[in-house]
Amino acid sequence: MSKEEVRLFIGPQHPGVTGNMSVEVLLRGDTITWARTHIGYLHRGFEKLMERKIFIKSFPLVCRICVPEPDTNEENFARGLEELAGIEIPERAKWIRTLVLELSRLQMFIMWYGGIAGSMGLSTPVQWGIGDRDYILDLFEELTGGRIYHIYIMPGGVRKDLPEGFEERVLKVMDMVERRLPEYDEIIMENAVVQKRLKGLAKIPKEWVDEMGLTGPVARACGFPYDVRKDHPYEAYPHLDFDVITEDGCDAWSMLLVRRREIDLSIDLIRQIIEKMPRGEFLAPLPNVLYWKIPPGETYVKSESTRGEYGFYVVTDGSDKPRRVHVNGPSFVHGITLLERLLVGQNIADVAPIMVSLQTCPPEMER
Amino acid sequence: MGLKEVLKPLGAWRQIARKPHTILVPRTPREAAERYRGFHVNDLEKCIGCGTCAAVCPNEAIDMVPVEGIEPRKGDSGFRPRIDYGRCCWCGLCVDSCPTTSLRMTNEYIWVRETPDDFVYIPGYDIKGFEEKEKGYRKEKDHSFTHYQRVPMRELPPEERVESFAEVVLGYAEEEARREADRCVGCGLCIAGCPDRMHIPDYIRAIASGEYARSVNIMYENNPFAELCGKVCTRRCESYCSLGHEGDPVAIRWLKRFATERFSDLKEVIKVRKAEAKDRSVGIIGAGPGGLTAAYYLALRGYKVTVYEAMPEPGGMTMAGIPKYRFPFPSLKKQVDFILSQGVELKLNYYVDPEKFRELMDRHDAIYIGVGLMKPWTLGVPGEDHPNVIYAIDFLRKVNFNEPVEIGKKVVVIGGGDVAMDAARVSRRLKAEVIVAYRRRKVDMPADHEEIEGAEEEGVEIWEKIIPIRVEDAPEGKVKLVYGKAKMVDQGPGRRPKPVLIEGEEYELVVDRIIVAIGQQADLSFLPEDVAEKIETERGRIKVNHRQMTSYPGIFAGGDVANRVADAISAIADGLRAVKGIELYFQGEVD
Ligand SMILES: Cc1cc2nc3c(=O)[nH]c(=O)nc-3n(C[C@H](O)[C@H](O)[C@H](O)COP(=O)(O)OP(=O)(O)OC[C@H]3O[C@@H](n4cnc5c(N)ncnc54)[C@H](O)[C@@H]3O)c2cc1C
Ligand code: SF4
Ligand code: SF4
Repeated sequence: MSKEEVRLFIGPQHPGVTGNMSVEVLLRGDTITWARTHIGYLHRGFEKLMERKIFIKSFPLVCRICVPEPDTNEENFARGLEELAGIEIPERAKWIRTLVLELSRLQMFIMWYGGIAGSMGLSTPVQWGIGDRDYILDLFEELTGGRIYHIYIMPGGVRKDLPEGFEERVLKVMDMVERRLPEYDEIIMENAVVQKRLKGLAKIPKEWVDEMGLTGPVARACGFPYDVRKDHPYEAYPHLDFDVITEDGCDAWSMLLVRRREIDLSIDLIRQIIEKMPRGEFLAPLPNVLYWKIPPGETYVKSESTRGEYGFYVVTDGSDKPRRVHVNGPSFVHGITLLERLLVGQNIADVAPIMVSLQTCPPEMER
Repeated sequence: MGLKEVLKPLGAWRQIARKPHTILVPRTPREAAERYRGFHVNDLEKCIGCGTCAAVCPNEAIDMVPVEGIEPRKGDSGFRPRIDYGRCCWCGLCVDSCPTTSLRMTNEYIWVRETPDDFVYIPGYDIKGFEEKEKGYRKEKDHSFTHYQRVPMRELPPEERVESFAEVVLGYAEEEARREADRCVGCGLCIAGCPDRMHIPDYIRAIASGEYARSVNIMYENNPFAELCGKVCTRRCESYCSLGHEGDPVAIRWLKRFATERFSDLKEVIKVRKAEAKDRSVGIIGAGPGGLTAAYYLALRGYKVTVYEAMPEPGGMTMAGIPKYRFPFPSLKKQVDFILSQGVELKLNYYVDPEKFRELMDRHDAIYIGVGLMKPWTLGVPGEDHPNVIYAIDFLRKVNFNEPVEIGKKVVVIGGGDVAMDAARVSRRLKAEVIVAYRRRKVDMPADHEEIEGAEEEGVEIWEKIIPIRVEDAPEGKVKLVYGKAKMVDQGPGRRPKPVLIEGEEYELVVDRIIVAIGQQADLSFLPEDVAEKIETERGRIKVNHRQMTSYPGIFAGGDVANRVADAISAIADGLRAVKGIELYFQGEVD
């Protein structure tokens, strides 16, 4: 650090939806010359805790690895265990899981949509995003018994079937969201401030996608058509009709476009799921969960979270607890590897929109 | 980009005219969803304190605590779950695991108090005001973690059964046994139901994980007749199983049978630890399950043991009474041989009379009396001495010892207990037409319901409310039972209705044999008079203390002769308890 540089901590509070994390930067004037990501005392030892818990006891835990989008964790861990234990789950369970995953993606993207505006000081959409997301949380409450932590996807399927008339209520909320979206677009996408600030911001060199292993909307905004739902389909995704969304501006604006289009896609997928969902059982019989032992083995299961490829590496050793669980959250590369390099040369005022554009969920960096 | 993009965001003002997303709490109440996971409630009457909720709780939020007004009893630990809401994460795993479905959650989520202590409480006991709320997360029985359905046991079809004395129950296959064993939640409430306090959850869990030898070793820690119990035990434990409240209890008996039957040579499986030889000796009268259990554990503790048995084979009533289609001879032999291999001396055809008893008193440092109940109760009606009136235990003993028995084409068995069912089903196998005549109603019969069903499937007819009046001779070598009918007279709440003879009516039944199966009594004529005087009895049975010692120091007793619960496992438990008693007696502790 030279005398002309100032060291500054930005965060952990900021108007946006990056979660509890901060960046330490060196500034020369308004320009960043160096950046480090700090996630503070966020480490809660999830992975280690799981090694000491019988499998079922980890379900109320894994969902907490990403607060706003817990279901990916539940689904991945459940699918991993099912694979290792050789449990076939009923067809309907796969569809219900997919519905949950898409509802989860949708509410996360809506919140993010408000959040990106918030990162530029536009606080109205933040309130909207949180308000409208709540109607989806109402659906979760009705379906799972919890608004935030659902603990609904379990090995073998899901914990309960859809309540009476649930499908219609989902469709109603979808219609409502669809009606609202043009209003969001008006104040975000069609806003001169947003366009001016995001277009060309945080330009990612294309080769970084491969080098760093970028995934999700970040990679798709760089023109890489990679989507786990399409490339390694799981649950009911093989039966759904959709195209992978890409943009090729490689900048914050393209990431915004991808995520905005993902909202439309999720609504479409949710409608498809409701139309095509088969009847039948929703939970396969499990062994006695108090004493459930899984034969030795290892697996890596992955899915598409709103942030990108999400994965669970699970090792079992024949006992009633996992030998090792490693959670691979996309925020690790996006929020550390990528962010630290991307910030160099940027203006201090753009730190917040860049952080939000990369859409981080800090607990998945330090599990 | 132009002026449009500058003006467009002003559209947000439209929102001003709309209703807000938010509501004013508490002015506007908001009820949570039907299956919301809110504060718990527990039906304390239904809860049995099994602790499954505490075992599954990922946050150790549940402590099992004693509750005023709820006493521990068989099948109920007396504890109730107390939840610490500083730890609870509202996952509801406890609800999904509760075998009785007593625990559920309400959809109540607002509850404000000043002190944190208010958030540690016993749902259902500490009344919080939302107990009556019907809505909230509940367990769905069909889709819960609890496996309520028992793996069915395969049996020989009835028409095949009556053709021979082949074992009726076919046993579990390995996969079935492991599946059945895996249902056990491990609460251990069954243990209190077992007279012998076997380590049930432990040996069941061992079966579930395929460790059969370990399982059998656990059984042998306090029961050297595990296979016997696996086949014919009265299985009191099963009636305390926590799964039995909403589903089928775990098939504890059949699981024991499965594990023990896998090993044909017990010497290879059971790891015995034998104590150093001691110079005290114990004489045991009667080679029933009680006497042999005492002999086994005394031998393991290094004592010299001699068992005196009047019959030509050991096993007591399990040899002479229980029919072979329930308990085959090779199984008994395998278990007894293993006991004898521990250095137990057995003298067969050795009836202990008063004189011999005195000899034994000189020869041994302690005596255990396990002579069972060898004398049948009689009907006490005129004409009972007719040669065609026989007694179930004599009849069964002859059949079991392959002695010739002649019962003709039609018999009536008088009685309603398990011995009556055995006599009836054995008679069916001897090709007789069988009527069971019982003085109360079928629902009142003390016999195991499985035995009653089995008998009926095999073609046994059951007549209710029959009271024998007298026995008369009948032509062609037959015998006539003259009987009346009973009416059931209510005896007030909590008491069985009493059968009372309807006067003035008489009916007749002509059969080849009348088999009397109304119970057995002790025959204590082998005791020398002076000893008999000092040994207290109670309603025909020898009185013993909590260590099985009679009022005559050094003389112990157990099993049917002392225990009103006359079944094999009680006899085994008595035998085991007596070992401890005898050891303490040797150490000088008289009481
Ligand atoms: C027909 C029948 C069916 C039964 N079915 C079952 C069942 O399914 N499940 C169950 O749990 N229980 C059953 N029982 C009861 C069970 O068999 C007894 O509870 C158990 O055997 C009692 O054991 P014990 O050690 O007290 O003596 P017992 O088994 O009664 O043995 C006593 C032994 O002492 C011997 N003996 C008596 N007097 C002398 C003497 N003076 N000298 C030398 N030896 C003597 C006898 O010959 C006998 O061998 C049944 C009983 C009968 C009669
Ligand atoms: S699991 Fe159910 S029955 Fe058992 S202690 Fe808990 S609340 Fe009571
Ligand atoms: S809801 Fe979950 S955390 Fe709370 S007491 Fe039940 S099992 Fe424990």
